[in-house]
Amino acid sequence: MSIDKILVAFFGLFGIAFTFWFFLMKKEKEVEVSGEIDITVSGGYSPEVISVPVGKTTRMNFFRTDPTDCLSEVVLPDFKIRKELPLNKKISVEITPKKTGEFGYTCGMNMYHGKIIVK
Amino acid sequence: MAENKKTFKIKGMHCASCIRVIESSIKKIPGISDASVSLVTEKATVAFDPKRVNDEQVMSAVSRVGYKAFLEEEGESEEKEKEEKQKELSALKRKAFISLFLAFLIVWGSFPYIDQFAPFILKNFWVQLILALPVQFWAGLMFYKATIPALRHRTANMDTLITIGTTAAFGYSVVATVFPQIIESAGIEPMPYFDVSAVIIGLILLGRYFEAKAKAGTSEAIKKLIGLQAKTARVLKNGKEEDIAIDQVVIGNIIRVRPGEKIPVDGKVKEGQSSVDESMISGESIPVEKTKGDLVIGGTINKTGSFIYEATKVGSDTMLAQIIKLVAEAQASKAPIQRLVDLISSYFVPVVLMLAIFTFTVWYIFGPQPAFLFAMLNLVAVLIIACPCAMGLATPTAIMVGVGIGAEHGILIKNAESLEIAHKINTVIFDKTGTLTNGKPVVTDIISTSQVKGAGPARSVLQIASSIEKGSEHSLAEAIVQKADQEGLALSAVEGFKAVPGHGVEGIINKKRVIFGNRKLMDREKIIWRKMEANIEKLESEGKTVMMLAVEGELAGLIAVADTLKQTSKKAIDTLSKMGIEAVMITGDNERTAKAIAKQAGIKRVLAEVLPDQKEAEVKKIQAEGKVVAMVGDGINDAPALAAANIGIAMGTGTDVAMEAAGITLVSKDLASVAEAIELSKKTMRTIKMNLVWAFGYNITLIPVAMGALYPVFQILLNPIFASAAMALSSISVVSNSLLLKRTKL
Repeated sequence: MSIDKILVAFFGLFGIAFTFWFFLMKKEKEVEVSGEIDITVSGGYSPEVISVPVGKTTRMNFFRTDPTDCLSEVVLPDFKIRKELPLNKKISVEITPKKTGEFGYTCGMNMYHGKIIVK
Repeated sequence: MAENKKTFKIKGMHCASCIRVIESSIKKIPGISDASVSLVTEKATVAFDPKRVNDEQVMSAVSRVGYKAFLEEEGESEEKEKEEKQKELSALKRKAFISLFLAFLIVWGSFPYIDQFAPFILKNFWVQLILALPVQFWAGLMFYKATIPALRHRTANMDTLITIGTTAAFGYSVVATVFPQIIESAGIEPMPYFDVSAVIIGLILLGRYFEAKAKAGTSEAIKKLIGLQAKTARVLKNGKEEDIAIDQVVIGNIIRVRPGEKIPVDGKVKEGQSSVDESMISGESIPVEKTKGDLVIGGTINKTGSFIYEATKVGSDTMLAQIIKLVAEAQASKAPIQRLVDLISSYFVPVVLMLAIFTFTVWYIFGPQPAFLFAMLNLVAVLIIACPCAMGLATPTAIMVGVGIGAEHGILIKNAESLEIAHKINTVIFDKTGTLTNGKPVVTDIISTSQVKGAGPARSVLQIASSIEKGSEHSLAEAIVQKADQEGLALSAVEGFKAVPGHGVEGIINKKRVIFGNRKLMDREKIIWRKMEANIEKLESEGKTVMMLAVEGELAGLIAVADTLKQTSKKAIDTLSKMGIEAVMITGDNERTAKAIAKQAGIKRVLAEVLPDQKEAEVKKIQAEGKVVAMVGDGINDAPALAAANIGIAMGTGTDVAMEAAGITLVSKDLASVAEAIELSKKTMRTIKMNLVWAFGYNITLIPVAMGALYPVFQILLNPIFASAAMALSSISVVSNSLLLKRTKL
């Protein structure tokens, strides 16, 4: 095998391993919320993972700065909420979780994900 | 200090001095840093520390000084948002068409065979580069804009794939044009692929444009429902009529509605008569007659007459507001079938990226010459063909359309799960009273035994019976009095009225002693009634309740009362049995009455003498037989049974309790809606399954083709240009398939 092929093989394997690590092995930082949290919507949600107390009302203020069409809606299926997020406008969503557990929230097309951990 | 700014709408301002009053009142709240009120726009802009002040405090500060503050309604900015959306959409369209036009010029100048007819200038690589530049960085800017922040979050999406794919093709082409010697030194003829990057971007933008247009169609139902709301109400105040905004109407307002007008809020008719078109809420096409005491629903249209009514429900309590809320919630909920899709789609894009790198590596090492070109073009093809959007759209778009169609037909679905379960139902349990029947007893037979003074024998039996029942509170009494009213009979005065619990009533009419009641009463009073036994038995076997009338110790006649079957019940049961669904009737009535009604309705299985608190257990018994059960009921005592069933269906306008326990609420009292709801579920599920098969099948078959799986045997490769066309079509086809549901006839 010529040197270029060996290099491509090496970088290929490295690329696959890197992709796996980069996208699938990321650790999500959990932000503890009491009462209210501002969530910026740009290429995803930041903070992405929030933990909220059970039985209490938490207000999530979404603020979208990213024009990507997918992100123009946010869906919290477990709380039966689907909201349009107009660009550069704060849209508030209130949830009062009744049981503990992990509940996902996503964009309208289910490509960007966030998580609500109810404790 | 983090500061928040909010705009409140102020109502009730009339002069410049109001401004000061309101401003100073708001500013007194600790935590408010600024407040400015405008008389012209009737708005107050308030700056405050959100940690210390909430909206309610501001509103109450305003109301303390005699005005009213509302948070800026979403509806007002809706117009603006709509306009902006329209702008975005037309910008997308413009970008798509300009890109496609430029791409066409590049393809003309570079594609084998076609380029023979191209003007010489288009064949110049530098010209192609100039044509491709705006496509890549102006029209395609949105892909970069979406990719970069996503990468910062360590997430990848469809835009990531497109960005990497087109950048690879474009970057290579730039090198081939600007530094051909580099490519040449690798032993490859320096040929740019500007056509690939430009066509991909053009087609994907076009696909997005059509997809966005189609997607707007899936959420139309809510917009239609919101559109039903009236904007103003004509309220009567101090004998004067005044048009006021709908959000100003309060409970107790007296409202006039003229022919052809929308009924603004829910209420009760006080005066007048009309027929009202309720089809937009109930799905029933025949207008409903309304007279004094009847309930009217906001958003429905008054047809013929004019009437005055009292508002009983306003704002978010109206039926229409409740329906809108229910539909919006249902559309946001997740169908169980989607869980697997979610799991797969969360890994999809990274996996495609890894497959693309794998493809490049394998083609470079093992592929034919020029290996680098094959490797690069196949990498681009893999990135472009993958379509996570189709998977993401498959279930929600169908659910949105399905729930929307339901609402248009008066079938309110609580969540996606209910819509999914409904198609599996094979047994429907109907509560008898009020569901299969009208729920209101009516007089069905009047038989007289002897001539009593009056217009005619039957009429006089009714006249005497209704006179004495007038004072009774029994539900059967109401039926008799109503019948007399319909016949235009004048009632006589009663002296010494007495109700004998469990027996009947007695009293003196025209100095004659009258008794009216069941067998026990007749026996107690020693009335000879056995000669009528055969008549009574016959009536009772038909499920009717028979009462006897005796005057001065002699039997005068019989009156039979029964709760009658709804006109639509039999047909609805027939439809269900044709669908292979068994109907079961459940009731607290005795076996004989129950069987009589069941026979009329065409129901074979009857659960009679079931007390309200046993209904739930009966539902569970049938479930234990392995049946998927829907329970149809209307009252509060049905709520546990509705909740216990696989799916609870609340009938008629229902009570709030039943609506809460029910997965599906039918606005109309027509039982045909039950079969319609099941049919809708079947059709929606079929669409979802078709969508999923399509979306998954598409990715599973075409990704390997793009990787070159067919090359070793058939020498088939996927041109990235066709890959982009296929990808654009695949999202559109999923959304269009969901929209096809709209054509469903229920």
